[in-house]
Order: sequence, then structure tokens, then C-alpha cells
Amino acid sequence: MSLLQVDGLGINFGGISAVDDLTFAVPQGRIYSIIGPNGAGKTTLFNMISGIYRPGRGRIRFDGQDVTNLEPHQLARIGLSRTFQNLQVFFRLTVLENVMVGRHLHEPKGVLAHALRLPSVRRANADCAEKAREFVEFVGLRDADRVAGALPYGALKRLEIARALASEPKLLLLDEPAAGCNSVETEEIDGLIQQIARKGTTVVLVEHDMKLVMKISDRILVLDRGRKLAEGSAGEVRHNPDVIRAYLGSHGQEAARAQS
Amino acid sequence: MISALRSSRLAPLLLLALVIAVAPSVFPSVFYYEVGASIFIAALAVVGLNLLMGFAGQVSLGHAGFWGLGAYAAAIGPTHMGVPPLAGLLIGVLLTMLIAWLVGRPILKLRGHYLAVATLGFGFLVTMVLTNESRWTGGPDGMGVPRLDVFGFVIRGSRMWYWASAGVLLVGVWLALNLVDSPTGRALRALHDSQVAAAVNGVDVARYKLTAFTISAGYASLAGSMAAFSDGHITPTSAGFLHSIELVTMSVLGGMGSIIGAVVGAGLLCALPQLLTVLHDYEQVVLGLTMMLIMIFLPLGILPSIAARFGRGST
Repeated sequence: MSLLQVDGLGINFGGISAVDDLTFAVPQGRIYSIIGPNGAGKTTLFNMISGIYRPGRGRIRFDGQDVTNLEPHQLARIGLSRTFQNLQVFFRLTVLENVMVGRHLHEPKGVLAHALRLPSVRRANADCAEKAREFVEFVGLRDADRVAGALPYGALKRLEIARALASEPKLLLLDEPAAGCNSVETEEIDGLIQQIARKGTTVVLVEHDMKLVMKISDRILVLDRGRKLAEGSAGEVRHNPDVIRAYLGSHGQEAARAQS
Repeated sequence: MISALRSSRLAPLLLLALVIAVAPSVFPSVFYYEVGASIFIAALAVVGLNLLMGFAGQVSLGHAGFWGLGAYAAAIGPTHMGVPPLAGLLIGVLLTMLIAWLVGRPILKLRGHYLAVATLGFGFLVTMVLTNESRWTGGPDGMGVPRLDVFGFVIRGSRMWYWASAGVLLVGVWLALNLVDSPTGRALRALHDSQVAAAVNGVDVARYKLTAFTISAGYASLAGSMAAFSDGHITPTSAGFLHSIELVTMSVLGGMGSIIGAVVGAGLLCALPQLLTVLHDYEQVVLGLTMMLIMIFLPLGILPSIAARFGRGST
């Protein structure tokens, strides 16, 4: 069964179509990767799925429900979470507080109770901090009480993943989690993503690192100029002549070498 | 014990209480109680404004409008409607929060400069209504305010107002400190740094901005009512643009995003003109220069800059 179903999705910016007539389905519990050259519309697609952009055409179904025009915070409520290619960390909050915001949906509401710091709020605060600490450790971060702004780049990437996981989503969208990371860090991120999928969270991954994509993806969607060029397993995509010709080129050979 | 204080969440509150309790022992005259009370009342409004500006990152240039609503509720309720003064104050706070909620719904969808201009317009509107509805408000000359009695206990005189306003300020600071370290506070601080990331993590950004706006209006209204009761007279200028700017300046000087900084900022801006009166003609020049020097050398505001220098997080 597919968790995410995209039908005929499209959006224009200033008369130019950035994504057009895109249809695909993401099966539950798998790692589904989206690749394509720069400007292929990958991040635009993520922004539509996560409710940041409103699609011009087409529909998005998530977990059996039409979610095409929902706001980001409403999508979060029904189990969708994401990270950002250009880091969107809460820099003035501590590492732990960042992840605690990720648990926002699991926390008690009620401003008055918060202002009076009722015993129930105090308990919930402590529980939230404890849970958040587990996610911080899960992604391999130390110094939970450091201000996020003081962290190196690679750590911020992990922090975004921890924060997104903290909401306990059904679907996690990862936008270039390994960008700017060295090979050791990339390997660690690779292990992390597989671990997330094993725990039952469906992962949709946008990534430029072909070695990583080919290794961990159950299915791959290839975008080119906002349209679907190919879709299939890593092997199918790698040997698809359209993909090799139109996009992968030297990358394709590199990927093929990496796999063999 | 000192290390326990340093790590405690409520350490700033205890420190503030200590300063308030000890300060009168060095007051040379009763006049200083009056200055103290006016500092505490202004600080109360700034603590609220700081929740909006320092934590949620939204600028309001019309907060004196809410102060004015509170002040006139304290005056009009007892004078024209026979409402007990304390009830006038409470009704004022609730009404002001309701108005802030209604006004805030459309304007908090605006960002940055647009929001600032919209709140500016709101402040002007309040001043205009207070000036023109002279049958109720006494017009530009303002109106007298009855004494505040709390269940038969009348609060009068500088000394009594010093302690009363200090008590209310401490409660206001306590509530604000609680809020900052709660899911609401984290949501506000989060949307300040990245609205989009806050939203995808489930924070209803528009709703939380509105919450911060409404709460900060409540603080301003309460401060306005107390200022009206302690002064015994109010005019529409208390709701005016210059007063709004003064509140913003206090917040920025003390340090946005620092609750005790808000109190320090209010203290500085209330006390400095009193101290500088000895300079006569140069008073304004030195005041302006001091503010500029603070912003140049302590760009985060007084408290956060000092806290950063000593390697501690600010609260």
C-alpha cells in the first residue's frame, strides 16, 4: 500500500512550470529517493508535499486522505515531517530545545497552564526533555545543552533529522541530508537513514550523493526539468538509457562503478 | 547555595526581589519610592512587550495604545459606571486582550515592517479616540482617576505604590519566565528563528503570534491601569506614539529576549532622566549619547551582552 500518492502535480513560477504532470506513489516503510540535476524541481516538489507551496495542479494523498491544500502544521499533525536543504535550525535555542520543538504536537496545550507552570506542565516538560534527549542520542549528537548556533555544519544536519524524528512521523522527507558532509559523515547519515526506515518510518530522500542513493533506496524517481524521466529500482534506473543520456552522464558511470 | 542559584531557572526572579527589597535602605527621600514605582510599572509593560518582540520576534509600535486602554478603563469604569476600581482594572485587562486578539488576527498575518506600521496605526487610533470622546475621557486634558482599593484596603502614597507595583512586577516576571520555558515559549522562540521550520514541526505560527500579541497587550493594559491609579490623573499622551517608542526602546536597551533585561531597560530609561537633571540643558544630549553608546558597545542589549561576556546563557 502506498503511504504517499502524488497525481498530476504541477506548479508554475512566473509562467514557467517548475514541476509538471508528476505522478508517483511512495510505498509504506520504504526508502524512496528523488534524484535529478539542479533545477529539476526536487525541492519544489518537497515544498508542495510539505504544504509550504500550494500546488497549481494535481492532488496529493497522504495516508488515505487528500492533503493537497493543507498547511504545514496541519500536515505535521497527521504524520509528515521534513528537513531542509538550507538549514532551518532554531539557532538561538539549545540542541535539546530544538528537538523539544519537534515534539510540539505531543505536548500539552494551554497557555494559562504554561504561565502558571502547573505540576502537570512541569511533568510534561521533563518527559519531553527526556524523550528529546533520546532523539539527540539516536542521531549521535552530544552536548544537548549547547546553543545550536555554536554547532558545526555536519552536526546541524543531524540536529534537523533529530528534530524531524521527534514528532514521530509516518513519513520523513529528507532534503539533501548528506550535502556538504565528508565521506565519513555521509556514511554515518547513510546508516542513520536505514535505521530510521527499519523502525518503520517511510523515508523520501532528495540527495545528490549517487553512491548513497544507489545503496539505500528501495525505489528511485528521476526528475528532469520538472517532469518524471524514469522510476524504478536502483538497477533499473542506473541502466535506463534515458537517464544516462539526459542526466546522469558522467555521474551515471560513476554510480555504476560505485555499485559494481 | 550560590551555585544552586546560578543554575536555577528562577534565579533572576530571586535576584530581582532582593534588589527591590534592599533598594529602599539607600533611598535618600520619599521621591525615590515614586521613581521606583514608575520603573516597576513600566517594566511590567516591557516584560510583556518583550514576550512579543524578544521571544516571538514581532515588532509592535503601538503598545502604548494597550497601556492607554488599561489606563482609561481604570478611570472610566469607576468614574462613569460605578465599577469598583479593582474591577475596572481587571475588566480593562480582559477587554484590552480581547481587542488585541481581534486587531491582531488580521495584522499578524503581515510581516516585518508591515506589522510595525499596522500596530503604529492602531496606537494612533486609540490616541485619537481618547482625545475626541471627551464626554467619557475628558479630551486632551485627560481625567482624574480614583484611588485603587483592594477589598477595602486603599493603596496610596509613594511607599505603598512602591511595594504594590513591585509585587505585581514580580508576579509578571514569574509568569513570563514560566512561559518562556514551556511548549508555548519554545514555539515562540522557534518561530522567531525560522517560521517555516516551526510550521513543519506542527507549530501553528499564526496562532502563536496572536497568543504572544494578546498576552503582551494584557501586560501593557495592567501597567497602564496601575500607572493611572498611582498618578491619579491620565491624559491621551500615555497612549501616544512617543510612549510606544519609549517602551520599545526600553526593551531593546535592556536586551530583547531577556526578561530581566526588560526590567533593566525600563529602570535605565526611567532613572536616567532623573539623574541627568543636574546637567540642565545638556540632559537630552547625554541621554541620547548614553543610549547610542549602549547599543554600540552592548549590541545585544545590556543584560544579554553582559551575560555573553561571562559565558552564561541569559534568561
